[in-house]
Amino acid sequence: MFRSRVTTFATIIGAALLATACRSHSEGTSTGDGSTAASTAVAGKEQYFPLQSYRVGPYAAGGSGFFGGFIDYMQLVNIRDGGVNGVKLTWSECETEYVVERGVECYERLKGGLNGAPAAAMNPLSVGIAYATIDRQTADKIPLITINHGRTDSTDGRVFPYVFPLSLNPYSEISAIVNYIGQREGGLDHLGGKKIAVLYHGSPYGKETQPIAELLAQKYGFEVTHIEVPHPGTEQESQWLQIKRLNPNWIILRGWGIMNPVALKTAARVGFPVDHIIGNIWSNSEEDVIPAGPAAIGYIAITTHPSGRDFPVLEEVDKYVLGAGKGNMADPKRVGTGYYNLGINNGILNVEAVRVAQTKYGNKPLTGEQVRWGFEHINIDDKRLEELGAVGLLQPIKVTCLDHEGGGAVRFVQWDGAQFKRISDWIKADRALLRPIIEESSAKYAKEKGITPRDCDGEASL
Amino acid sequence: MSFFLEVLIGGLLAGVMYTMVALGFVLIYKASGVFNFAQGAMVLFAALTFVTLSEHGLAFPWALAASVAVMLVLAVAIERVVLRPLVNAPPMALFLATLGLAFVLEGLAQLLYGTQVHGLDLGISDAPIHGLPIEVSRFDLLAAGIAAALVATLGVLFQTTRAGVGLRAVADDPLAAVAVGLDLPRLWAIAWGGAGVVALVAGLLWGARVGVQFSLSLVVLKALPVLIIGGFSSIGGVIAGGLIVGASEKLAEVYVGSHLGGGTETWFPYVLAVAFLLARPTGLFGERLVERV
Amino acid sequence: MTVSSDASAWPSSSDRSETRPPALRTAAWVVAILVATGLLVSLPLLVTDYVLSAILVPVLALGLAGIGQNLITGYAGQLSVGSAAFMSVGAFATYDVHLHVRGIPLLASFAFGGLVAGLVGVFFGLPSLRIRGFYLVVSTLAAQFFVVWLFTKVGWFSDYSASGVISAPRLALAGWDLSSPGGHYWLALMIVAPLTLVGRNLVRGRLGRSWMAVRDMETAAALAGVRTGRAKLLAFGIGSFYCGVAGALWAFTYLGTVEAHGLDLDRSFQVLFIVILGGLGSITGSFIGAAFVILFPVALDQVGSALAGGSVDASLLQNIEKIIFGALVILLLIKQPAGTVRLLQIAWCRVRRWRPRSA
Repeated sequence: MFRSRVTTFATIIGAALLATACRSHSEGTSTGDGSTAASTAVAGKEQYFPLQSYRVGPYAAGGSGFFGGFIDYMQLVNIRDGGVNGVKLTWSECETEYVVERGVECYERLKGGLNGAPAAAMNPLSVGIAYATIDRQTADKIPLITINHGRTDSTDGRVFPYVFPLSLNPYSEISAIVNYIGQREGGLDHLGGKKIAVLYHGSPYGKETQPIAELLAQKYGFEVTHIEVPHPGTEQESQWLQIKRLNPNWIILRGWGIMNPVALKTAARVGFPVDHIIGNIWSNSEEDVIPAGPAAIGYIAITTHPSGRDFPVLEEVDKYVLGAGKGNMADPKRVGTGYYNLGINNGILNVEAVRVAQTKYGNKPLTGEQVRWGFEHINIDDKRLEELGAVGLLQPIKVTCLDHEGGGAVRFVQWDGAQFKRISDWIKADRALLRPIIEESSAKYAKEKGITPRDCDGEASL
Repeated sequence: MSFFLEVLIGGLLAGVMYTMVALGFVLIYKASGVFNFAQGAMVLFAALTFVTLSEHGLAFPWALAASVAVMLVLAVAIERVVLRPLVNAPPMALFLATLGLAFVLEGLAQLLYGTQVHGLDLGISDAPIHGLPIEVSRFDLLAAGIAAALVATLGVLFQTTRAGVGLRAVADDPLAAVAVGLDLPRLWAIAWGGAGVVALVAGLLWGARVGVQFSLSLVVLKALPVLIIGGFSSIGGVIAGGLIVGASEKLAEVYVGSHLGGGTETWFPYVLAVAFLLARPTGLFGERLVERV
Repeated sequence: MTVSSDASAWPSSSDRSETRPPALRTAAWVVAILVATGLLVSLPLLVTDYVLSAILVPVLALGLAGIGQNLITGYAGQLSVGSAAFMSVGAFATYDVHLHVRGIPLLASFAFGGLVAGLVGVFFGLPSLRIRGFYLVVSTLAAQFFVVWLFTKVGWFSDYSASGVISAPRLALAGWDLSSPGGHYWLALMIVAPLTLVGRNLVRGRLGRSWMAVRDMETAAALAGVRTGRAKLLAFGIGSFYCGVAGALWAFTYLGTVEAHGLDLDRSFQVLFIVILGGLGSITGSFIGAAFVILFPVALDQVGSALAGGSVDASLLQNIEKIIFGALVILLLIKQPAGTVRLLQIAWCRVRRWRPRSA
């Protein structure tokens, strides 16, 4: 009896393996050669990036895209440039399934390095995991990169030396969207009397920007209404009926996962014009609009990483990485989609930090502490963007001790049924307005934790 | 007043969709006394099968037939590999086994079909029909029609066919059923097969509404209060439960929830279910428990 | 079955150790307990930080939650899927009292958190007085969803933090700094060990027996004079107290942060897994189950990477691991529905009864 059960299970798993092996052969996949512990390069001569990736579970679509892009970029640097000034990049993945404690376990397991290659930074792409590892990473001196998300107050590098919400923090999102709406209405001064509804995911992430929305509403004279969609958001009838009754001019969508396509479809059902819905940075990918079908055509979203393969850096990835059969994406059609390009941008920033750190500490594998200095001195201007081949893909970013976000600008894109077309250039957030609130929050955190804020002016290095 | 009606109708229609998912649970509970937590994963698996076959070029009827076949095979496999060995296990163990089964199905679904999201177009428009005082789309009517048809068919099947009566006998007293010569494994396979087909239907309708992606399996969370209010083993109860849950949660969200800041839909149906159960401890239409010492 | 000829003074058993004089047995036990305690306490000096902070501490926290769940479901037979909700209440209550009451000792905050969780548990356990069987699950389901909603919606609980995430303060006890992984482990041990012993005594005492009476045959128990209502509510209260303290440990000593959505229905199912896999109605089983649930994915990952590593696509590997995990759970339940504790008991019995074959 027991034997036959075991055989049955084994047969099922074997069949599944066989099926997938056939599938991957027909699609011509191959995997990155850095994703194993048995590295072929010389131990101790490489820079290691531990990857707390998620390729399984509800958020796998985003995770596989992001980490695929990140890995492909690192692969590009290795193949095309021979590494960063001769120091090759290596990485290994640890599945978190977007679950916080698995992310923590992966962090503890991988933080020590790989075969002597020291860990440069962590990129978990998860708010929950980021929050849980902030203290650990600060104690262990390994930078935590939370691109486009994270604790907004970690923008203040004096209190959070090891945390970098690069390129965009949640407050900047809302501010930039309001600035765009102002543009569309003929100027920010025309916003008075208008109604904006914020449809947000019922989680702390969704709620995070409420105070800023209220602040901006006060400043510009528009009326803001917050409507919550309970997780997971598969059913939004009552929310959209409320919206229909409210009849706002614009809707800001702070969605996540399945909530996004359902929002767009339900909007169509109640007759709200989809081209007056603006999605935030986590409602802006192909995965969010494809399931909504024709109801999504005309939907606008912000992005810091426009989709497309027509950027020089992506053409290089095509040539050097995909051409050599070393692409990480199982489905090559996903190269150039939203999450993938976010991974590319993240790769660019991480590698740039290593490069900048090497100018100070030498062309060798660096510790997390040293790479942190690199992150804090990233200065990607238009000229550097040209060199990187990322003009229009990545915004100019200048990170400083006081400002760990470095960017705060977004582009607006619109879905036309087949792809996201870019309909604006970089629009900045009103960072001067947001800064006092950020500092208030970081001061509170510092007091709670007993941290003395760093003195940015008095520092040459950490 | 018309806004109230809109919310009410919207809620009833949402309830119809919940009923669809809950029907699968009822089938299995009625037949084998197991609360099949893997039903959500079955919905996902069925929808993904259909969508993948469609995207590979198979025409709608063939894809549908093939998906039905796949679900039937799956049902038989589950019955043989998971249920039969666990026939004497305590109900908690059975429940957890279905939880383990959910893991297996979800992993298998992503393994075979990948992690991309898919849209599902059934060819029925979801836009409101013009000319009606409240907004109802063709899709809504289709869903309501299918739900009614399923409930009616299953009800009739359970009352008239040999298999149906046999399933009711098994639910009542498995030992006695075996004693009179009913083929338990075959009946269970039929029940799970039926649940699989119902999962496919639910998967298609929900998939057309929200897209086919991993989170589709979360629709099962809404089915639980439906089952509890309607009674775990009553087909008619399920539709009543569905309508009640759908309507009340939407009305509560709009009229009460807006004062509490919104988001009450997650817990309101459960609180409602508790209230119902306090009045009728085995659900509106569930079987009365007779305790003997 | 051999029959012991010495049937008067000692309990009849074919096992040799039972026939030793009691003084020696007690001494043996004392030594065993001392060694075990010494080992447990000195673990931080023996194992790496990784094992401490990513394996041992969560096993202790989840094991404690498992004990709580066991008290409600395993001993008292009341179906509950709200353990994560009670954990959440405990975590937030501990955080809030620690924040707002100046100078309160850490252990007192934990106790308070547990107490609040216990009261919440009693409240959501009230329907058990009227509802029986599987339908009771709705009450704790309501608790689960309501608690998540409440802590996300009402800013006060998370001290109005924009993200709704609470951050654990620096841990210190009577002046000793406990912020290292070893310190976290000791704090967790300091709390879990006594509570486990208390729980063990509880289930072997009168209350435990009344719980089991309610679980096995409630009507008969009521007729026999057991106060079933009181027993049920105490089960909910004490069980959720344990879950509450476990939640506080989870937030304070393990993750360092907690958000309402991190202790959701999936977590409740995980605790249920722990309890059933470990052994329903077994205190030790809770820890075995917790160890299984935490260690197994890690072990599978290591084995998987070692075997397949770079030659297999990462998502493929992960999905296979997920399937294997589910399959193993099913297999374990088929093989031994009473949990791993029973499996181990049977194995231990076999070991003790083993006699070399005489020629």
